[in-house]
Amino acid sequence: MEWNRKEILRYLGSKGKPADEPTQQKIEQAIQELENVMAPKAVFRTYPVEWLGEHHIRIGGLDIESRQLCQHISGCEQASLFAATLGAPTDLLIQRYLVLDMSHAVILQACAAAAIEEYCDLRQKEVEQEAAAGGLYLRPRYSPGYGDFPLTLQKPFLTQLDAPKRIGLTATDSSILAPSKSVTAVIGFTPDPTSCHVARCMTCQAKNCPFRTA
Amino acid sequence: MRSHPILEKLGKQLIFFDGGMGSLLQQHGLSGGELPELWNLTHADLIRSIHKSYLDAGCDIVKTNTFGANSLKFQSEGYSAPQVIRAAVSLARQAVEEAGHGLVAMDIGPTGKLMRPLGDLEFEQAYEVFREMVVTGRDAGADLILIETMSDTYEAKAAVLAAKENCDLPIFVTMIFDEKGKLLTGGDIPAVVALLESLGVDGIGFNCGLGPDQMKALLPSLTACCSIPIVVNPNAGLPRSVDGQTVYDVGSEEFAASMVDIVMEGACVIGGCCGTTPAHLAAMVQACRGLLPVPIVKKDRTVVSSYAKAVAFGKKPVIIGERINPTGKSRFKQALRENDMNYILREGVAQQQSGAHILDVNVGLPEIDEPKLMVEAVQAIQSIIDLPLQIDTTNIEAMERAIRLYNGKPLINSVNGKQESMRAVFPLVQKYGGTVIALTIDEDGIPPTAEGRLAVARKIVETAAAYGIEKKDIVVDVLAMTVSAEQDAALVTLKALELVREELGVYTSLGVSNISFGLPQRENVNTAFFTMAMQNGLGGAIINPNSKAMMAAYYAYCALSGADGQCMEYIAQYAGQTAAPAAAAAPGGDIGVQEAILKGLKDSAYEAAKAMVQTTAPLDIINQELVPALDEVGKKFETGTLFLPQLLMSAEAAKMAFEAIKTHLSTKGDSQQVKKDKIILATVKGDIHDIGKNIVKVLLENYNYDVMDLGKDVDPDLIVETTLEHNVKLVGLSALMTTTVVNMEETIKRLHERAPFCKVMVGGAVLTPEYAEMIHADFYSKDAMGSVYYAQELLG
Repeated sequence: MEWNRKEILRYLGSKGKPADEPTQQKIEQAIQELENVMAPKAVFRTYPVEWLGEHHIRIGGLDIESRQLCQHISGCEQASLFAATLGAPTDLLIQRYLVLDMSHAVILQACAAAAIEEYCDLRQKEVEQEAAAGGLYLRPRYSPGYGDFPLTLQKPFLTQLDAPKRIGLTATDSSILAPSKSVTAVIGFTPDPTSCHVARCMTCQAKNCPFRTA
Repeated sequence: MRSHPILEKLGKQLIFFDGGMGSLLQQHGLSGGELPELWNLTHADLIRSIHKSYLDAGCDIVKTNTFGANSLKFQSEGYSAPQVIRAAVSLARQAVEEAGHGLVAMDIGPTGKLMRPLGDLEFEQAYEVFREMVVTGRDAGADLILIETMSDTYEAKAAVLAAKENCDLPIFVTMIFDEKGKLLTGGDIPAVVALLESLGVDGIGFNCGLGPDQMKALLPSLTACCSIPIVVNPNAGLPRSVDGQTVYDVGSEEFAASMVDIVMEGACVIGGCCGTTPAHLAAMVQACRGLLPVPIVKKDRTVVSSYAKAVAFGKKPVIIGERINPTGKSRFKQALRENDMNYILREGVAQQQSGAHILDVNVGLPEIDEPKLMVEAVQAIQSIIDLPLQIDTTNIEAMERAIRLYNGKPLINSVNGKQESMRAVFPLVQKYGGTVIALTIDEDGIPPTAEGRLAVARKIVETAAAYGIEKKDIVVDVLAMTVSAEQDAALVTLKALELVREELGVYTSLGVSNISFGLPQRENVNTAFFTMAMQNGLGGAIINPNSKAMMAAYYAYCALSGADGQCMEYIAQYAGQTAAPAAAAAPGGDIGVQEAILKGLKDSAYEAAKAMVQTTAPLDIINQELVPALDEVGKKFETGTLFLPQLLMSAEAAKMAFEAIKTHLSTKGDSQQVKKDKIILATVKGDIHDIGKNIVKVLLENYNYDVMDLGKDVDPDLIVETTLEHNVKLVGLSALMTTTVVNMEETIKRLHERAPFCKVMVGGAVLTPEYAEMIHADFYSKDAMGSVYYAQELLG
């Protein structure tokens, strides 16, 4: 897996400026430490999308009412439910530095955030192949908590994939993913390749987000 | 001694578990997301017939279809978990009756949630969930308990305790490892074995996740440390996804052939998991029938464990770090009184980095609630440090609560030869598992001779046996007495080390530095005595691992005695070092407090402040050095010339400068005079992401505010009560998710009602100024510096 250092700096709030020497060193150290503990895993499964209403769909056993998700995957007759995690030891490593060295904890957390995105991109290639076999293309990942896609669906989403047992990914009572460096997402399959090139941030409603890319 | 049909056969002949259930139900139309346990009620005939076909295949034990039948998963399904369990056990019993043979295992899988600190499930909550399953299964007529597919030692411990405390049935535990032999939480096989054996389960093993060949490859690491029957229930190969369906590739004949190998490798209870069918199991029974299990060899390892790893006593002495202990340390006492867990944690990490293998944890102070603080300390330490812990207390309540909640097999310090002590401590060791340090002292005091100490040790070992505690789980401390009071004290202790090891065959330990009490330059005496003790067979040394001289004696001894193969560890420690660098300067050399903070150099900041506080008033250092430096980096952060990691490096350096000042003051018994107003920080109820709150804390502390950090997932009432109790004028709350902002709103509402004098500032990923106003926060902080400016404006 590649480490996208530009993304790491973006998560650290560098706003496009390069890091100074000590920060760079800390980033390299963090990458080393993460490589020693990360145990990334993913699980995904493709289902037909049942359109129950304009803003109401069912994917597998998952019933979703969300205007924005429905827009995001409009025209898709199939979609993959996708879940990935860097695993519990990554959280434990970050916890440790929260006590020992806050600046390093922040750097680790940025590296881990970049790593889970990178890992999702990597494993998504398998979903892409599956879609390609049917002459279809992938829409970008869309996660519970984005827009009006209810965060409270995390638990049924994970249950649908048997994710707690298969990759150790769970949700808390407040629908927060645990381990924390994890992603769940719906990936729509579309016959129209031109509808796929939406940059990640462009679909997000948080227009003032400090991490938004152009 | 418990008698049970399975226990009589166990280890003497092969016992066959059944195979997969969920994967078969999927073939019959169970969809993803549907709870398979509900089929006990909706498809009873199918479930019963699957049990029956496994029994017809020759299996001895069927697992009830109750893997996830717990109250956390069955919250809103229209059926309760006990209802489902009763139906499931009844179906399995009916199948056994029809087949005319077989036993029913109450199947217990993980809760589906992560335990703290990874998730939000408390240990006792998990215990309660498992207790309900155990009790229901027991009453419904299960013959044994199978705890399976566990990926976390802590959850497994909760389940085993629930089983042990609520039934007399045999208990088997199988864990799910990856191909490298690691649990999802990072634990390894020896750690799991140490914990589960000490909890007294009847069989340990693997299930799920892997196919038979991958499990076979892991078996040698299990048989190397395990002294009880081994259970292996593999999948029919590694799962693969084809057209949205999970498929398994290992056919029944191939499966059976691999299971024969697995028996040869040491398993005596075998069966299958996901993807295996009655055909797989029939082939397995056919192929293995007539094989005899490999005899189990007792390993007699003296071992303790953390969630991650085991530490065994052996030829190489074990280093037990003694620094988490308030005795004689004013700064540590202050930390305990202020509930400053981070100070304790840093002491722990420093010892780990210095080479400790086990950490002693002692938080006994006359004026504090020791059981409460001990539990807090143990839980905090095991969240961030993966070394086994030694629970060190004379308070029996503190001991019990700590070892119950400890995630592993602890070292327990201590029991002694007094009847009263043994009566109190041994039942705890027996129940929760552990290795116990036994002090050679009894009602008659400390025997003055080595033979006398051996006699006390023998009495303790014999009494322990009556409680079912094996001598491998006792480490005898023959007591180092101060040599300045009694000339032959050292020689008596050294001789006792040898006698106890040779006569009783148990390992020994010592609090090494006691020997030099009252003498000048104690380290000279300590290192020499330490080497002599190791030469006389010392098993575990309770020392300060931060002492370079003590660790040098240790590494040199190991190299000389052959315990350190090819002197590799010694070389790794000391290669490339020039001889004894006299008082090494901190990196950055001779720079002032202000410059060290600007450059973000922690060690230099500490040293500079330590030197300066000898001649300058603390408040002058703070106002003339720390604050100007922090203001400068704060401004640079605001204008974007510095970014967050650099700001925090400076903040950490400032924190170290503070620490130097604090240490100086605490030795003068004067700790409070420099702090400004109190500020409460908390991450709201339901939220477990607290990195932002922690950043704010570091910065506010830099500006000398007395920050009371209530942690994460904090109940609104606790925040209100603390605010009222300490008359706090500013509370900072963080929340990350839309789902938890409601709890932030509730907290603000209660604070405004009950503590109208208090202002509330908020921050967190999901918040905006508008959102903050909507939930009636007094201030929205866009970043960590914002909270500092608001605090300054409000409190000065």
